Amino acid sequence: MTLTRRNFIIGSAATLCVAGLVEALGHFGQPKAVPGTIPGASSAVGHKLRAQSFPAPSREVECEVAIVGGGIAGLAAGYHLHRAGLRDFRILELEQQPGGNSMSGRNEVSAYPWGAHYVPLLTEEATEARRLFEEFGVITGYDEAGRPRYNEYYLCADPHERLYRYGRWQDGLIPALGVGAEEEAQYKRFFAFMESLKNRKGRDGKRLFAIPLDESSQDREWLALDNLTMTEWMSREGYSSPNLHWYVNYCCRDDFGTTSAETSAWAGVHYFASRNGVAANADAGNVITWPEGNGWLSGKLAEPIGDKITTGALVYAVTDQGDRVTVDYWEPKSQRSTRVNCRAVVVATPHFVASRIIRSKTWSFPAEGFSYAPWAVANITLSKLPAGKGAPLSWDNVAMNSKLLGYVVATHQLTEMKPLKTVLTCYWPLTHRTPAEARAEALRRSPEEWRRIFLDELLKLHPELDGQVERVDTWLWGHAMIRPARGFLWGEARKAAREQCPPIFTAHSDLSGISLFEEACTHGVRAAQNVLAHLGIA
Amino acid sequence: MARLLLVSVFVIATCGLVYELIAGTLASYLLGDSVTQFSTVIGCYLFAMGIGSWLTRYVTRNLLGFFISVEILVGLIGGASAAVLFVLFEHVYSFRLLLYFIVTLIGILVGFELPLLLQILKDRLEFKDLVSKVFSFDYIGALFASILFPMVLVPHLGLVRSGFLFGILNTLVALVVLYAIREEIPASRMHKLSAVVTLIALCMGFVWSEKITTLSETSTYQGNIIYARSSPYQRIVLTKQAQDLRLYLNGNLQFSSQDEYRYHEALVHPVMSAVASPRRVLIIGGGDGLALREVLKYPAVESVVLVDLDPAMTELFSGNEMLLALNQRSLLSPKLTIHNRDAFLWLKELQAKSDRPRFDAIIIDLPDPSNFSVGKLYSVTFFRLLHTVMENNSIAVVQSTSPLVARKSFWCVNKTLEAAGFCTAPYHAYVPSFGEWGYVIASRQPYRRPERYPEGLRYVSVETANEMFHFPADMARVETKIQHLDNQALIHYFDDEWSKYLIY
Ligand SMILES: Cc1cc2nc3c(=O)[nH]c(=O)nc-3n(C[C@H](O)[C@H](O)[C@H](O)COP(=O)(O)OP(=O)(O)OC[C@H]3O[C@@H](n4cnc5c(N)ncnc54)[C@H](O)[C@@H]3O)c2cc1C
Repeated sequence: MTLTRRNFIIGSAATLCVAGLVEALGHFGQPKAVPGTIPGASSAVGHKLRAQSFPAPSREVECEVAIVGGGIAGLAAGYHLHRAGLRDFRILELEQQPGGNSMSGRNEVSAYPWGAHYVPLLTEEATEARRLFEEFGVITGYDEAGRPRYNEYYLCADPHERLYRYGRWQDGLIPALGVGAEEEAQYKRFFAFMESLKNRKGRDGKRLFAIPLDESSQDREWLALDNLTMTEWMSREGYSSPNLHWYVNYCCRDDFGTTSAETSAWAGVHYFASRNGVAANADAGNVITWPEGNGWLSGKLAEPIGDKITTGALVYAVTDQGDRVTVDYWEPKSQRSTRVNCRAVVVATPHFVASRIIRSKTWSFPAEGFSYAPWAVANITLSKLPAGKGAPLSWDNVAMNSKLLGYVVATHQLTEMKPLKTVLTCYWPLTHRTPAEARAEALRRSPEEWRRIFLDELLKLHPELDGQVERVDTWLWGHAMIRPARGFLWGEARKAAREQCPPIFTAHSDLSGISLFEEACTHGVRAAQNVLAHLGIA
Repeated sequence: MARLLLVSVFVIATCGLVYELIAGTLASYLLGDSVTQFSTVIGCYLFAMGIGSWLTRYVTRNLLGFFISVEILVGLIGGASAAVLFVLFEHVYSFRLLLYFIVTLIGILVGFELPLLLQILKDRLEFKDLVSKVFSFDYIGALFASILFPMVLVPHLGLVRSGFLFGILNTLVALVVLYAIREEIPASRMHKLSAVVTLIALCMGFVWSEKITTLSETSTYQGNIIYARSSPYQRIVLTKQAQDLRLYLNGNLQFSSQDEYRYHEALVHPVMSAVASPRRVLIIGGGDGLALREVLKYPAVESVVLVDLDPAMTELFSGNEMLLALNQRSLLSPKLTIHNRDAFLWLKELQAKSDRPRFDAIIIDLPDPSNFSVGKLYSVTFFRLLHTVMENNSIAVVQSTSPLVARKSFWCVNKTLEAAGFCTAPYHAYVPSFGEWGYVIASRQPYRRPERYPEGLRYVSVETANEMFHFPADMARVETKIQHLDNQALIHYFDDEWSKYLIY
């Protein structure tokens, strides 16, 4: 008889069967059902816009300026009005809290994002975002070379990213394991090319690919990329590496909620070639993030203007009355409608909403050509941190063979050495069907189904987390982000939508055709500046 | 016959007490707080013996056969008790329940022994004679056991092996009685068989006891594991081999009791002796109380704040007699305040307070920067926070891994402290169980070496310091990056350098 741990334990357990029983009791507890909710978005309320059967306003209020929508664009507009000394304005927001796609939640374990979760080091053109970053203490100063110094607590902590493949985690997101020399060479060529584009200028002296997007060069030669898809462009340029294709597709889904086969090549290249931000105290590739993601930024924007924000208010009509503008909103809670009389309005809702609610004699806002990607985001609260073979738990954790993009660890930015619990934010752009089909399917699924889907995906990567999941909350974004599909960015629809017709101004990242913090706040501040000019306030 | 049974009284008395001592010792090793463990184990054991004695009234027939069964069972259960407790320590839901269950079982069986023997012998001896003989053999056995246990058994055999040895003796009593006795015992064949099987099992246990103890810990530790516990934060393992007591956290050696004085003297005294009047001291990490022991050698010290994440550590080192002896009860000092908090969070919270305390000396005794979690506490951001609790003439020190094995790592800590706005004074000491070890002093004023150290130090002195602050060519400064939260260069250096060093 060989003495093994097993034999020994079995032997002892036989002698001490009662002790064994006690042990067994400890191990085989009843598996609990995992709780969770779907707190938003308020699609049912939003859908009422189609029928437009709202009660007539039962009261009227006055104010100088109204802002419709409290996402980043709306908040930035309000923040700027406040900055300029204007106090008589209101922000009307459909959801129960402001933030829009940059909304966040919080439980006993951590704050966590419901959507946007990071901002890369700012490009030189992103002046409005930079000004905000200075005011919020995200940028604390500049070095002699003029490079911004970022607050260390907000720079994404090490380790940044890891990728799951072949049963283990590797460092970084670019597939490294099992990549041959030919693929390696393509990687090199691809990234060297993108790097070379970063500071390249077009014939008009502007950077080819800039953030904000409308600061980009209008050089025809490069704009023509918009008429190809990213996949077509890659084939044209001789990129055949499946791993590279996977990576580029991942990036397109991540930033645009759109596959690389549908994304405009201009947008795809923009993703890699626009971000030329540097820092005095961080590597160029690093990003800025917080436990609550960009919810931190929306919180900062809302801080000085909190008393001006009305939440739970669905704006259903913004009408140019000639001498004034009226903004009508309905509150599902009280089932009452209110009319706001004002001198100017910033409509900071997605474009498809703006086109529904704006009534102007001089101008129509067609929504044709604007297409939106649906997303599902789950926040999974865990009583144990995920582990895994290979590279250690990182901020962004991506699995190569998963339909989800992966998960971001909310507690990663805490300086705490070893948080015992955490929240993971799992992202899933619903690109497996057309946006309309995927949207309908998402709304049909029951909360249990959603919990199951996210749990299954997580447990595939982390079987060790079975039984450690405290809750799974899901947010369904029906119209999460504008899709920069082929031809959209430099086509007619976006151009028409950008036109402004005072006293109604528009501000939303949709107007850029790509959904980014820098875009949203640029539009917000610009709209506020236009409003101030319109009202004759210096 | 009567004489044989009296000898067995002596043997079983010794065995009985040994099992009790084993259970008590093991409980205080594994659970700490020896006073409580010993009292409860002894209480439980004696009470169980009472139950056993009381139950003998129901045994009316075949007394001898019953006695033999009891001996075999005591041999088996008592003999294997230490091994079972060790191995199952990590696996059972409630270790205490198992412990008291086994203690009670043994107690009941041992409780049977004397009353049974008295009954068996009552027809063969005069009552007066009987009682006096049986009880004196019993007490002699107890004395024998209590002397044997600490002097011979624990140091030379260890608990597990001692357990098996006395189990064997117990079973032998049963076998000898079986063979020596003429009278008919029903099912004597069965008794013989089970006694032999038990004997063989116990002998195997005795031979392989070493293996059994390692079964309870997958990683290979030198020495016997006497304590192992997974706190939510880390795995704490204490081992003992001869006089050498070692602490491992997550498998990494933290100290060896044989030479830890070198490490801790070198960590503490160059700072403490350089501060004119070290009244308020902060220790970060160091939940073992050993750095604190050195700190308390300064009468000027009025208060010490110790911030260690893991309550399991500070509790272990303030509850276990053996460990209290090692840290000279430092963790029980009335000058001490313990915060079981994350040091980074704790400091960040203090930073926000205007009435935050300041410290004259700060000792940072954290695990090596071997992963991204601890790495945060070696970052320039963390070091910068130290300023907020320092005066202009305060001095801090950071244990900084081996400058010989991990040269870049060491100098990276140094450079990071410089980047955090400190003047640094790097030094090193030789600690046999670790190798050449490094520390970096950080202060706002340039550091001046002390001219005097406390009396009675075994390693640090003005002369050794000359050696300590000198860096030979193989450890001399190298250029490195700075450790940032968002780019933990130190972790990569550390990983790289230690993985090349296979001797460790
Ligand atoms: C899952 C996800 C992840 C993302 N990740 C990132 C990221 O990491 N980094 C990044 O920069 N960007 C990210 N984004 C893009 C994000 O959309 C932008 O950063 C930014 O938040 C957009 O702000 P916005 O104000 O333009 O639009 P929105 O956030 O859409 O704001 C519009 C607001 O209007 C409100 N509204 C709509 N209709 C009405 C109505 N009728 N009445 C009243 N209010 C109304 C909405 O509730 C919303 O609050 C992400 C987006 C999603 C969906």
